[in-house]
Amino acid sequence: MFGAGGGTSSYQEIEEADVILLWGSNAREAHPIFFHHLLRGLDRGARMYCIDPRYTSSARFADVWAGIDVGTDIALANGIGREIIRAGLSDQDFIARSTAGYEAYAASVDPFTPDAVAAVCGIPADVVVEMAHAYATAEKAQILWTLGITEHHNAVDNVLSLCNLALLTGHVGRWGSGLVPLRGQNNVQGGGDMGAIPNKFPGFAGVDDPVHRARFEAAYGRELNPAPGWHLTLMFEAMERGDLRALYVIGENPADSEADAAHARAQLEGLDILVVQDILMTRTAEMADVVLPASVAWAESDGTVTSSERRVQRVRPAVSPPGKARHDIDILCDLAEAMGEELGPRDPRAAWDEVRSLSPMHGGMSWERLEAAGGLQWPCPDEDHAGTPFLHGWLWADDLEGRDPAPFSVVAHAGPTEELSEQFPLRLTTGRALDSYNTGVQSGNYDSPLRFAGLELNPADAAGLGIAEGDLVRVSSPRGSVEMSVRLASSLPVGLAFTTLHHPDLIDVNVLTNPDWDPKSGTAEFKAAAVRVEPAQASETAEATVG
Amino acid sequence: MITTSGVATESAVTIRVDGKEVAVPEGATILDACDAAGVQTPAICYGPTLTPVNVCRVCVVELEGSRALVPSCSRAVEDAMAIHTDSERVRHSRKMVLEFLASGVDVSQADELRQWAEHYGADPDRYVPGGATMDEPVRVQDNLYIRDYDKCVLCYRCVEACGDDAQHTYAISVAGRGFGARISTEFDAPLPDSACVYCGNCVAVCPTNALQFKTEFDLRQADSWRPEDQTVTRTVCSYCGVGCNLELHVQDNQIVKCTSPDDHDVTRGNLCIKGRFGWNYV
Repeated sequence: MFGAGGGTSSYQEIEEADVILLWGSNAREAHPIFFHHLLRGLDRGARMYCIDPRYTSSARFADVWAGIDVGTDIALANGIGREIIRAGLSDQDFIARSTAGYEAYAASVDPFTPDAVAAVCGIPADVVVEMAHAYATAEKAQILWTLGITEHHNAVDNVLSLCNLALLTGHVGRWGSGLVPLRGQNNVQGGGDMGAIPNKFPGFAGVDDPVHRARFEAAYGRELNPAPGWHLTLMFEAMERGDLRALYVIGENPADSEADAAHARAQLEGLDILVVQDILMTRTAEMADVVLPASVAWAESDGTVTSSERRVQRVRPAVSPPGKARHDIDILCDLAEAMGEELGPRDPRAAWDEVRSLSPMHGGMSWERLEAAGGLQWPCPDEDHAGTPFLHGWLWADDLEGRDPAPFSVVAHAGPTEELSEQFPLRLTTGRALDSYNTGVQSGNYDSPLRFAGLELNPADAAGLGIAEGDLVRVSSPRGSVEMSVRLASSLPVGLAFTTLHHPDLIDVNVLTNPDWDPKSGTAEFKAAAVRVEPAQASETAEATVG
Repeated sequence: MITTSGVATESAVTIRVDGKEVAVPEGATILDACDAAGVQTPAICYGPTLTPVNVCRVCVVELEGSRALVPSCSRAVEDAMAIHTDSERVRHSRKMVLEFLASGVDVSQADELRQWAEHYGADPDRYVPGGATMDEPVRVQDNLYIRDYDKCVLCYRCVEACGDDAQHTYAISVAGRGFGARISTEFDAPLPDSACVYCGNCVAVCPTNALQFKTEFDLRQADSWRPEDQTVTRTVCSYCGVGCNLELHVQDNQIVKCTSPDDHDVTRGNLCIKGRFGWNYV
């Protein structure tokens, strides 16, 4: 946000926060050790509001659980913003010095009265008011979110609506306050930092920025393409158009992880060539023309990963790779050589020094310092720099250190794209469980006593459908049907069904999910599909109506 | 003024440990001062990531002016305290505590406790020749970790790690009284049916191997557990983006155990089920 792709705060800061808005995140299960830091904050007396459609294991630790209707987050954020302004609790000095676009924002949120928000979001008006006052009057307050905010068709707008609240109150750019998207993969932060996104070079330098591009062109001695590339969702559209005919997939399992999986698999099947480089035989690898077995990066090779608090840390080899599995860097360099190109050093440390030479925010992170310090947080421009616990301190400088003020964003509420209907009357949302991870490629291999693969339903919904605990049901969305067993869960509101994405071999859940995606981030609306649930036997006769 | 978390300037407290002056920050414990003075202290119920619960009484020291011996793990330093860690009274007390523990518990895998027992010349046999235990079967109820309560000294470390000190799951507590007291899940429910979430943070703090990873247990059963042949490599967990540091214990090119460093401020020795047990796809 505000120009840097990273969470603003350190884990230690949550231990000192006074008010915490945990929004669309079940960190207790998805980020358990971060949640330990949060618990220290609660033990110290922090007040936590958990905004989530489900009464999750995280919500159990909250002072207030705000059980929001799926996909109405912007309405709530705008309502909180309106109440902060109405009550005179905004930080006018901060707004005047450090932000732009306040007037337009204030006008845009004016219709979102507590009563209007209550009607849209299903949260009592007085809870909306309480959250606004608690957040605005706290000395230190943080908003934390994960995929409950970003797996929607309007993911970026959702995030911007939360950023607005921090700008209204000055809860950003200082110790203890901040905006924290918790990262879901061990190096998704590092991947972005290294330029593994379609429009950036390492260090978030825009490929379309001639000054930055010239730096990389000089280093590599050649012209570089100034046009941003495609993110995954655009790649699938290009496959559909026939513009993308060859795909090289490294450590990703899109055949299971894409929304509307049947459609995604058809696109992968239609490629001229599919190359998959992975540590295990994923469903995507099974479809590939060529599979390149890779070593396990975090346990079989040297390198770095970057965590959710922008901390770069070393991974190290503990065991040697099996069979013919090879390090990613060796595979890539060999491929390049076969095409007549030298990619540069294969030694991870030399590759890291190359990163440091081109990405100023990593410049001060020598290999020795990373070894000694247990990690360093970017930006860390030189070797005397201690790293940066929180971002955007410039917002508090009188001259903003010469930067442009941070802009408010006017964002409109727009609910899930797939409305409930007589044919598909239940809302299906997907998420994570404590013992498993993404499509289960790694986490499916140990004997977890906690494992559950199935559908969670509110007992009242189940009773209305004649379904009991353990029954096999058929879940149908406009895109397909999947059978799974049912667990009754009073943690869910009436009308909401939940399942995880962890067991695609047993439950092919992404056959059901909604592929409508956010034009700014490319993320699909995994959190909101419309479905019908019926006993598995009875569904045979209803088959014709599914289409 | 916006600053990073300024650690408040701490005033130092000076005390004497075995005649040697040491300065430690206000709020430090006598145990911290002993560490600073280079004096090693036995401690069973205390761990560096835990709040002292004061139950084992092995760490007691003599404080001049105090009638009773004081537990060094929890007693805060005060200016001009004079501490004796190796007086006859201290040695005698530590020896007896270790004898009591070792006479009613199988301490065969409690390496640190055994070293201290030897150091103080403890002889558990003078109470119960050969020692006595509850003689309970090992609880093997899943494939992740086992509980062997014949090896448990009731130090509460696991209870604290599961509770307020880290995990906040509160799956275990002490049930029963006297010789029958033991760590238990609710109504002694089997682990998979209990509130346990299998973070293994209890196993990580157990000083006697009463809680043991199943991998270690199986290797020990097969007489193949060889710590002397193991390497320990620090790396970063492969799952979510928190960046937990892992210590992979490897024997014969196989990961046999996963722990986390106490001194890293992201994890403080703790992990979740995925990090602790989810490595066997490697």
